[in-house]
Amino acid sequence: MSIEIRDVTKTFGSFTALDDVSVAIRPGSLTALLGPSGGGKSTLLRIIAGLETADSGVVTIDGADATRLPPQKRGVGFVFQHYAAFPHMSVARNIAFGLEIRKRPKEEVRARVDELLRLVHLEQFGDRMPSQLSGGQRQRMALARALAVEPSVLLLDEPFGALDAKVRKELRDWLRRLHDEVHVTTVFVTHDQEEALEVADEIVVISQGRVEQTGSPDALYDRPANSFVMSFLGPVTQLDGRLVRPHDIEVLGIEVRDAVAGVVADVQRVGNEARVRVGVGGAPPVAVVLTRAELRALGARVGDTVWLRLAAGAATLPVDDAALAGSHPAAGVGEVGRALAGASSPRG
Amino acid sequence: MARRGPVALRVVVIAYLVLLVAWPVSLVFTGAFANGLAPVIETFRDPLVLNALRLTAIAAGWAVVLNTVFGVGVALLLVRRTFPGRRLLAALVDLPLAVSPVVVGLAIALVYGAKSGWLGVPLANVGLDVIYSTPGIVLATTFIALPLVIREIIPVLEEVGTEQEQAARSLGAGPWTTFRRITLPAIRWGLIYGVVLCLARAVGEFGAVKVVSGNLIGRTQTATLTVEELYMNFDREGAFAVAAALASVSIIAIAIVGLLRARTERRTS
Ligand SMILES: Nc1ncnc2c1ncn2[C@@H]1O[C@H](COP(=O)(O)OP(=O)(O)O)[C@@H](O)[C@H]1O
Ligand SMILES: [Mg+2]
Repeated sequence: MSIEIRDVTKTFGSFTALDDVSVAIRPGSLTALLGPSGGGKSTLLRIIAGLETADSGVVTIDGADATRLPPQKRGVGFVFQHYAAFPHMSVARNIAFGLEIRKRPKEEVRARVDELLRLVHLEQFGDRMPSQLSGGQRQRMALARALAVEPSVLLLDEPFGALDAKVRKELRDWLRRLHDEVHVTTVFVTHDQEEALEVADEIVVISQGRVEQTGSPDALYDRPANSFVMSFLGPVTQLDGRLVRPHDIEVLGIEVRDAVAGVVADVQRVGNEARVRVGVGGAPPVAVVLTRAELRALGARVGDTVWLRLAAGAATLPVDDAALAGSHPAAGVGEVGRALAGASSPRG
Repeated sequence: MARRGPVALRVVVIAYLVLLVAWPVSLVFTGAFANGLAPVIETFRDPLVLNALRLTAIAAGWAVVLNTVFGVGVALLLVRRTFPGRRLLAALVDLPLAVSPVVVGLAIALVYGAKSGWLGVPLANVGLDVIYSTPGIVLATTFIALPLVIREIIPVLEEVGTEQEQAARSLGAGPWTTFRRITLPAIRWGLIYGVVLCLARAVGEFGAVKVVSGNLIGRTQTATLTVEELYMNFDREGAFAVAAALASVSIIAIAIVGLLRARTERRTS
């Protein structure tokens, strides 16, 4: 089912959490609301769910105006970061909750709960209490509970945020597969660009209560609308006064036209990657990422002079310092490392 | 795993509790049976004593019901809503604990007195006497025990947060179903403790009731007032017997909660 958010504004006291936000979500898509924390992602998701009301604007779910509908009438499933398990009910009863509310026949409820327990790989755990499950299992239970009532829309607020890295990765892949199976329109909130790029069909970048850009992961990565989006989605560096991705820079051992000369300041090898910092007179050093093979072919060592130029088809933007401040945590020049691991493998 | 405290500390704690609580309370029971069973039985055959016990039961029953219903409502209001005057309301809730019961009794008598009370006069005109009558006793008892349920529930409500309730709402539960199936189970232990404390406090109330009831023997005399009366009249066994009955109610209530709690803890672990 489609979701349309039109001109939604939400304030808390004098603070504007959402400022005239409009987003259209395609039926059957898996959409990420991505942005720095405090940007208003959860507020937007909660407004879609009816857990919060917009000051102005319209929310349409499946073509019908839902702006004033209470949450229980919206047909949405909501999954919270901290699971919101009902601790006094068994896992099966948790999952059955929505069906029992709807007074479905006992047989039907049991069959559906069994089916969902299988779907989320918790067949063995139906009789346990939530306190006896691990975090990842609890979140799968919460997902099954939300799916039980066959919501037209599934909303997840940082669903994997409370889990450790390994489980988070597993659940992320699993959510992607689940969505391919179940096809329910899904919106999830994350502040992790890797998660959004890997899992989502569509990403809405939100910052300071505004939508910065909407598009597919590839579109956002390759054609960022502004320097904020570019630096939030992955590492960036500056070359010749322009913002560019470190792997979009070619390093040459000989001088060519339009290339910028520099001196290798630092080389760091991580796995198959070589992260090279090149000092260029006057400007901050340029961060470049090469493959190991490329570095070998180049043969450059610290202190050598090299020439830098943009690779063909590289995305660049004019440097806009204001937007860069406080954006991607690892986007600072020379600090490329951490974010590269994730950003180097966007989903195909 | 409770770590074993140093022996000296344990001795101090036990001595403290025995000297202040266990020993005096046990003396009430031994005092009641000082001359055997017969005087005790006789005391509980006395219609005046039975009347007093019935009145205490009525007052305590109403106090528990009213304070449970309103206590849950007020606690939900204080924790889940923001509105102007919320802090003031929270402070007001504590007032009955801070003010002497005698003052409470006087205040109620002033408002509800049949001769000159603001509310008392109109109520008397429609035939409802509050002061020197059962409604006044219920009112005073309820007032005195008002904070107990609220104060037990508030921290629990704060701790469980709103996410479970929101999850229930998104799963199709309306406000009432959400309260009954999610909120109430979440606060049940706080509520039970609050009710037990409220019951114990209501059963034992003396000062406020003494002011509003007029202590009319056989009509508005509650059990605690009877204890005083018997004691003053040198009927020590009688006084101790009624006192022991009052103490038993509290002890039994607390024991039941303890047992229930131990059982649910064993079941969920
Ligand atoms: N109920 C609320 N009361 C006051 N401020 C709130 C409330 N909910 C959110 N905010 C504020 O709105 C801003 C956006 O919050 P949120 O939507 O949770 O951001 P995000 O999910 O992107 O981290 C934050 O600054 C937060 O403090
Ligand atoms: Mg959030």
